[in-house]
Amino acid sequence: MADKSLYTKRIDGRKMDEVRPITAKVGVVPSADGSAMFKTGGTRAIAVVRGPRVLHPQNKRNPQKGILRVSYGMMPFSVWDRIRPGPSRRSEEISKVSEWALDAVVDLDAFPNTVVDVFIQIPQADAGTRVAGLNAASMALAHAGIPMKEMISAMAVGKADKTIIVDVDKDEEDFHDGEGATDIPMAVTSRTKEIALLQLDGKISTEELKTAIEMGKKACDDVLAVQMKALKEGSAGVDNE
Amino acid sequence: MEKEKRTLVIPGETIVSGNSYLPGDGTYRDGEDVVAAKYGISEVSDKQVRVIPVSGAYFPRRGNTVIGTVIDVTFNGWLIDFGGSANAFLSLNEVHRYVNRNELNDFLDIGDSAVVKVWDVKAKGIDVSMKMRGFGKIEGGMLFKVNPNKVPRVIGREGSMVRLIRGATGVNLTVGQNGVVWVKADSIEKELNAKKIIDFVVANATMSGLTEKTEDFIKELGLKVEEKAEIIEENTDTEEVKEEKK
Amino acid sequence: MPKLQRDRVVEYITSGKRFDGRDLNEFRDIVVEKAISKNAESAISLKLGNTHVYAGVKMAVTTPYPDSPAEGTFMTTAELHPMASSKFDIGRPGIEAIELARVIDRGIRESGFIDFGKLCIKEGEKVWQVFVDIIAINDDGNLFDAAGLAALIALGQARLPVYNEETGKIEHEFTENPLPLNKEALSFNTTFHKIGNQVIIDPSVEEQAFSDYRLSVAIGEGNKKCRITAMQKGKEGAINTEDMEKILNLVEEVYTKKYAEVKSLVFD
Repeated sequence: MADKSLYTKRIDGRKMDEVRPITAKVGVVPSADGSAMFKTGGTRAIAVVRGPRVLHPQNKRNPQKGILRVSYGMMPFSVWDRIRPGPSRRSEEISKVSEWALDAVVDLDAFPNTVVDVFIQIPQADAGTRVAGLNAASMALAHAGIPMKEMISAMAVGKADKTIIVDVDKDEEDFHDGEGATDIPMAVTSRTKEIALLQLDGKISTEELKTAIEMGKKACDDVLAVQMKALKEGSAGVDNE
Repeated sequence: MEKEKRTLVIPGETIVSGNSYLPGDGTYRDGEDVVAAKYGISEVSDKQVRVIPVSGAYFPRRGNTVIGTVIDVTFNGWLIDFGGSANAFLSLNEVHRYVNRNELNDFLDIGDSAVVKVWDVKAKGIDVSMKMRGFGKIEGGMLFKVNPNKVPRVIGREGSMVRLIRGATGVNLTVGQNGVVWVKADSIEKELNAKKIIDFVVANATMSGLTEKTEDFIKELGLKVEEKAEIIEENTDTEEVKEEKK
Repeated sequence: MPKLQRDRVVEYITSGKRFDGRDLNEFRDIVVEKAISKNAESAISLKLGNTHVYAGVKMAVTTPYPDSPAEGTFMTTAELHPMASSKFDIGRPGIEAIELARVIDRGIRESGFIDFGKLCIKEGEKVWQVFVDIIAINDDGNLFDAAGLAALIALGQARLPVYNEETGKIEHEFTENPLPLNKEALSFNTTFHKIGNQVIIDPSVEEQAFSDYRLSVAIGEGNKKCRITAMQKGKEGAINTEDMEKILNLVEEVYTKKYAEVKSLVFD
């Protein structure tokens, strides 16, 4: 018989498999080729796509296909302790894993020697910033008319002591009792349901991880529904509240 | 000819299912399904499936008319920026008159604008030409940019919308497939009126009864509704117009 | 930029008109959204026409500068993020961003808007540090004025965090107390651009590309009259005597027409 977990009720009252209220909208930056905003609870992300466009310098170009370049950053006032403007090691890493996730679905064979730039910025953070950023980026790429085999939907699942939870917020990230918090950001492709992004920090058994991934995939379906609706409504925007 | 309902689709979405369907532009086959590979409006006609983009950058195609600006003069031609993913190259062999290698700048200088035709799209770049009638350097008038995906509406069926705009405002008008529009008239007011009408068409491009709505808008501006055929140099790129169904 | 376009823009403006129908001395509509980030002392979104910026205020406690032991410190940063325009590059701030941040900083600092003395917690040891961070989201011209106004509104709307004097820590909570500001010292940036033979206000991105020079003026109030607290000329063109007089007259006009509106945007 499993030990009882110390985390039996979520701090904001949600069910264990419930995501925070989501708002999504495309076309938020008119001068860009594609753009989108994605908000999960208190975390807000904006993504802007510029491209395909000429890539400088020449030696970075790929003569066989276009290059996807993702840049993730948090605005200085997005968190309690101000973040100095400019790239950090954390933001560089998140940029790279996000780029790999989106690379799994975009098809830039038709645009050799070009670059498609994806800029992700976080104006307000309440955990789950990289997954919110990915969700926005996926919509922005579609909005920019970039050829994509399918969409990417992302969500952070996790564990607080022994309880598996979906859409970990800041308070839960800071949970210290028992086994503490485990944070598992993941991203799933919309059609083939494959995992394009997966990271983990914390402590979890293989059995628990299997459950977490299953719950995560379901939550990503919730996200996909909102992304689809936002794209179908153009720049009108949509809420799932 | 059976035509299924047009819907807005997103990448990864199944448009139709069945091996008799042929995946066209913006789609791919996944087993039995024909799936959207782009965000846009799906169209199924005669078992051909395609997705027409509604947003995003312009992708040049052979035969397109584009309007761009010279950004560099090389030893044997000019580099033209038309807002695309690569710059276009205009060889000095592709202009309608003889240009001496030493007078390239005199013919077309950096900052000059031109209407050109795309004749080759390669991995290395895009080649354009202005040999044909109706293409060449443009002088005077003004340029503005619209969503390139709405260009077919701005041109209209067989150029009908362009004729309407011309009749209402008296402008000379060329619409590039890259979304750059050139208007020229004897007064700036006429050029700005043409821009207002075009912006209206672009904003309402997906609505039905667009022609009637545009005619109402023209009347609201205090202008007259009549179609006017083209007189001087311009090009309605009739292959593209015929391809586009309302 | 196409030459024929330049000719048209200059021609039209010379005749006293603009493509979007505005008068030469007219600002585009301003739309402000507050509370963009709940983790910030303030964070706002400002749209000037289609030009869009975010600005936020964050505070920290630090040791004062040796030459001003009883004064708080203030720093402005600006990021002309590549998301806002295909002209902006990824990487370290270029000269455009640096100039913009410094000009806005000077306008605020020299006006005496922030009461640095009241930002002192313990003389020689602890003072408040005020950061204003500006990010460009969409460039449709005149980022200078949009950023400047956004910075002012962010400062006006900011609320001090709870500071525990004993532990010396800032709690994750905000008070109802605004920053110590001298409201009458409010000074806002207006940039004038010379195009053809005219001087215009609030250029679109296209008009901006064709201007000969720009002159940013921080406009405030002193003795119930218009008062200038900072200036910056940019670009290669030179200002002749006639233009200087024209601009100063326009400064008076902008003060008369806009000061009250700016005050209400910043403090309400």
